[in-house]
Amino acid sequence: MELMFGLLTGIGFGVLLQRAEVIRFDRQIGALLLKDMTIVKFMLSTILVGMVGVYLLADLGLAKLSIKPLILGGTVLGGLIFGLGWALLGYCPGTAGAALGEGRVDALAGMAGMLLGAAVYAEAYPALKAGVLTWGDYGKVTLPELLGLGHWPVIAVFVVGGVLLLRFLERKGL
Amino acid sequence: MSAKTPSPPWNPYVAGALAGLLLVLSVYVSGKYFGASTTYVRAAAYVESAVDAERVSAMAYFIKEAPKIDWQFLFVVGIGLGSLASSLLSNTFRIQAVPERFARRFGQAPAKRFALAFVGGAVAMFGARLADGCPSGHGLSGSLQLAASGFVALAGFFIGGLVLARLVYGRQEGR
Repeated sequence: MELMFGLLTGIGFGVLLQRAEVIRFDRQIGALLLKDMTIVKFMLSTILVGMVGVYLLADLGLAKLSIKPLILGGTVLGGLIFGLGWALLGYCPGTAGAALGEGRVDALAGMAGMLLGAAVYAEAYPALKAGVLTWGDYGKVTLPELLGLGHWPVIAVFVVGGVLLLRFLERKGL
Repeated sequence: MSAKTPSPPWNPYVAGALAGLLLVLSVYVSGKYFGASTTYVRAAAYVESAVDAERVSAMAYFIKEAPKIDWQFLFVVGIGLGSLASSLLSNTFRIQAVPERFARRFGQAPAKRFALAFVGGAVAMFGARLADGCPSGHGLSGSLQLAASGFVALAGFFIGGLVLARLVYGRQEGR
């Protein structure tokens, strides 16, 4: 059953990504060149709606949060390395399969590369775990916890800030 | 089927907000947040198991992320299927080896595109695993839960991407 939900959720997400054209190389690189903000609009809309919805569910006891730990060594370095690869590939792990689905066969080379990257990481893992992945380990911490605030004030700031940013992008015609 | 003209794209705010609702529904129904890169670890473990299963079963990272078909694996497969169906229905399916922006910078030769996509994919996945997430797991699921790691990773993704994209494609695009 859980597997079926995974497949159905994926199909729904794939349709939305494809119809909004956010999986295209030209749009992803366009965002990184600050010339086409379509994926930023899509992501920010998802984040703002998800933020309110997930915290509502959590407050009502209907869902559990699943927070990944902040380990500065891993999160910062890994994030930057991902960004470099992303700029070359123009797809990300979630969207590469979708790009292939709409006929962009270059995504297949990217997916093969991602398998290699995962394999190399698995080889390096013991060394990384004893090194980089011990630098600046803050555990599973959220922004409200770091700030000593409740989550709703922080969410309110994000919603207002996000809407203002989107309005700015529209005015700039991006 | 109707005419062969491609359907116009959906509004990114509407599609993005619907994706947010879909994520909330997924969390409510199955307790699952979106993510994608762990699936490549499991898939790599499958491939390597075909060569040397004993070695794979002894590797710490493949013990942590064992080769198995789980929710996320089917989620990632589903994304591809959803995109295939949607592109066929909207007449936007197109076999293309070299994207336009890439062709403007490096020409139409598919070999160059495949080579850079392969290298980019390998680098991106190594980074995603080191960061413990990709734009789905950290960028969407992490930041919408207000996880500090989500925002730090998202900043890293864009800083790394902005710098290299500017170096690689910026000149061609002018200014």
